Amino acid sequence: MFLKKLILSVATGCLLSSVAFATDCGPSGQSIRILASDFPAIHAVAGTAEKNCSSSASEFTRNHTTEARQIMNAALTPNPAEYTSVIVANSTLTQLMNDDLVRPLNDLVQKYGSNLPDNLMITVDGNVMAVAFMANSQHLFSRKDILEKAGIKSIPSTYNQVIDAAEAIRKAGIMKYPIVMNMKTGWNVGESFNLIFVAHGGEFFKPGTAEPSVNTAEGIAALKMLKALSEYAHPDHLTQASNETQAIWEAGDAALGIMWGTRGSVILDNEGSSEQVTSNTILSSAPTVKPGGIPGATLWWDGFTISKNVPDSEAEATFAALISALNSDMVAANNDDAIWLLEGFKPGAAAEGVSATAAGGAPPYPMLPQIGLLHNALGTELVDFLKGDESAEKALADVEAAYVTAAKEKGFLQ
Amino acid sequence: MILFIALPIISAFVQSLFIQHEQVLIVSQNCGPFGCSEVTSIDFEKTIKLRQDAPLGKYNGINTYLNRSHLAFAEVGNAWSASETLVDFFNEVFNLPLYGALAFTLTYTAVVTPLVLILGFAIAIGVNGLPNIMKGPSIFVSLLPHLVTPLVGSLILFWMVDGDGIIGATIKLIFNDPDLSLKASTALTWTMLIVYGIWHTLPFSFIVFYAGLQTVPFETLEAALIDGATKWQRTIYVVIPHLVPLISFVTIMLLMDNFRVFEPIVSFSAEAHARSLSWIIYNDLRESGNPLYGSAGATSILTIIGIAFLLLPVLIRTWQDFKLKGH
Repeated sequence: MFLKKLILSVATGCLLSSVAFATDCGPSGQSIRILASDFPAIHAVAGTAEKNCSSSASEFTRNHTTEARQIMNAALTPNPAEYTSVIVANSTLTQLMNDDLVRPLNDLVQKYGSNLPDNLMITVDGNVMAVAFMANSQHLFSRKDILEKAGIKSIPSTYNQVIDAAEAIRKAGIMKYPIVMNMKTGWNVGESFNLIFVAHGGEFFKPGTAEPSVNTAEGIAALKMLKALSEYAHPDHLTQASNETQAIWEAGDAALGIMWGTRGSVILDNEGSSEQVTSNTILSSAPTVKPGGIPGATLWWDGFTISKNVPDSEAEATFAALISALNSDMVAANNDDAIWLLEGFKPGAAAEGVSATAAGGAPPYPMLPQIGLLHNALGTELVDFLKGDESAEKALADVEAAYVTAAKEKGFLQ
Repeated sequence: MILFIALPIISAFVQSLFIQHEQVLIVSQNCGPFGCSEVTSIDFEKTIKLRQDAPLGKYNGINTYLNRSHLAFAEVGNAWSASETLVDFFNEVFNLPLYGALAFTLTYTAVVTPLVLILGFAIAIGVNGLPNIMKGPSIFVSLLPHLVTPLVGSLILFWMVDGDGIIGATIKLIFNDPDLSLKASTALTWTMLIVYGIWHTLPFSFIVFYAGLQTVPFETLEAALIDGATKWQRTIYVVIPHLVPLISFVTIMLLMDNFRVFEPIVSFSAEAHARSLSWIIYNDLRESGNPLYGSAGATSILTIIGIAFLLLPVLIRTWQDFKLKGH
């Protein structure tokens, strides 16, 4: 299994040297200021760093906000920057790198992070730009009991099987709308398209350029598949994002879901749902187009960066503090909060979906400077097709036209 | 005036004339937990040099105003020559972001403004006719919708109209249609937003008209009464002419308010069916991660021009009244 291999390689590396580095907080008397998103796994990492190193720092502040992505570029632009570190993901790292606001970490990694395996280092042309510590992706959630009642013996593995299973559930009169997906207009519906697009083998841009290539045979097939799936989702699906789909699932009103891996442990825990739902929920790989194909998912990592516009000593202290949190004790204390890429992680039932999706070869979410513009164009223009107002070809042509307009303004296209 | 109004508008206008410099792209090797791949990234050193030479960006003239996200003359021209019927043409035009948003914004303004004026006036007359002891509580209750923050008010309503919410479930029961959803159809979403808009702004017009009613001269009303005018005639021929300046004022305020409709669209997650000019600005500035300042600036300026057009008749009218009184 992909994750197990990953974790094993981490474990061997850590055994050699973890004790010596556990409490090394770097230069003392420095100011450490972290900006991060607001969910339990991030709290665990930043909180552990604070516990380990706040006594040796002159100041240790953490700002956890869901608005981190909106404020980080502005906060890191002045010199000295507002924060010494931002905890980012695939898409947000490019946003910082587009403005050259984070520093290469090669020397710091050598000094403090030699116990961490190479594959956690996010490198761009040999420069380490971030250190990853957890993974996430979308995958399939299924209700075993309902599938059985509808006469479906095995967990669906392709999109067509998902649709057939949904039809069987509807025909059996169990649920009219058995599918849930994050389809809220904007980022979510764009991402739902991306999943099926990569499963069809689509490439977002013509290689080496910023020219879009979504209005292709793969794009049209993906969009039609998305529409076919959404026929089995509640009519309100264009207003539903993760919180809504999770609630529908926990209420027992859905039998097949494409949701985030991080929702797995929340759904499987004993809060907010009934025993019948949690004991019958199966997490498995994201569906593929053909058996054995690429799973329809994008892999995400979360990791930390260090600001460029801060004194070297502050950067070093921040790096050392955050590295000190990436150990097996922190993982053991917060095992179910995330799919950790660190030593000591025991993948439970909640990690199976992400693990199977990664093992199946799902690609990472593209780390391209212009991807945000295309994603936004997908999010706003695809709904016309999903509502039934225009053809798939027209919707994708609109996406490309909207993207090209924005990309010209941002200087990616001339 | 200069500091708070003129300068921001000028700044938005200047920004709308510029676009960002060319981003120098290079192909680089990118590695992470999920393997390595060749990707393009920005050559920052070359790009920063361009930026330092001209920090505002590349001068683009009014091209941003003419592109597909704004006035889209080229696309409208193509639609005109390509479409066979007028319906096709309008479908094509309203598919463009600015015109689509304009369609909703204008419909919203055109429906909400007169209804709020008429209903607000009717409620003011009604409350004014109540016995004194009832007036205080009725005024307070009528003002409540205005006290709720738009974002919060619409969010509450959004949950109530959900299929499982109290209003949504009731409507399903009345029409005996378990699939009926206010959020899934364009017409019903527009209706929902308009009803919310009326509910939210009604107290404003009510309280202004109610205050105006207190200034209607008692002697004139009494004279009309002696002349045998009915209550209806007194309202039409005495009260309304007296309140004309107030009606102009409320109309101006409502037009400006309604033209910048925004919060309910976000709270109702109605972006799939209804987008307004303000929503486009918000989307440009926020959603794509790196803001499109030029585009947002251009939409802002177009919004200001739009409001000016709408207000023109009312402003001319007010000016004429003012001149009449001066002489």
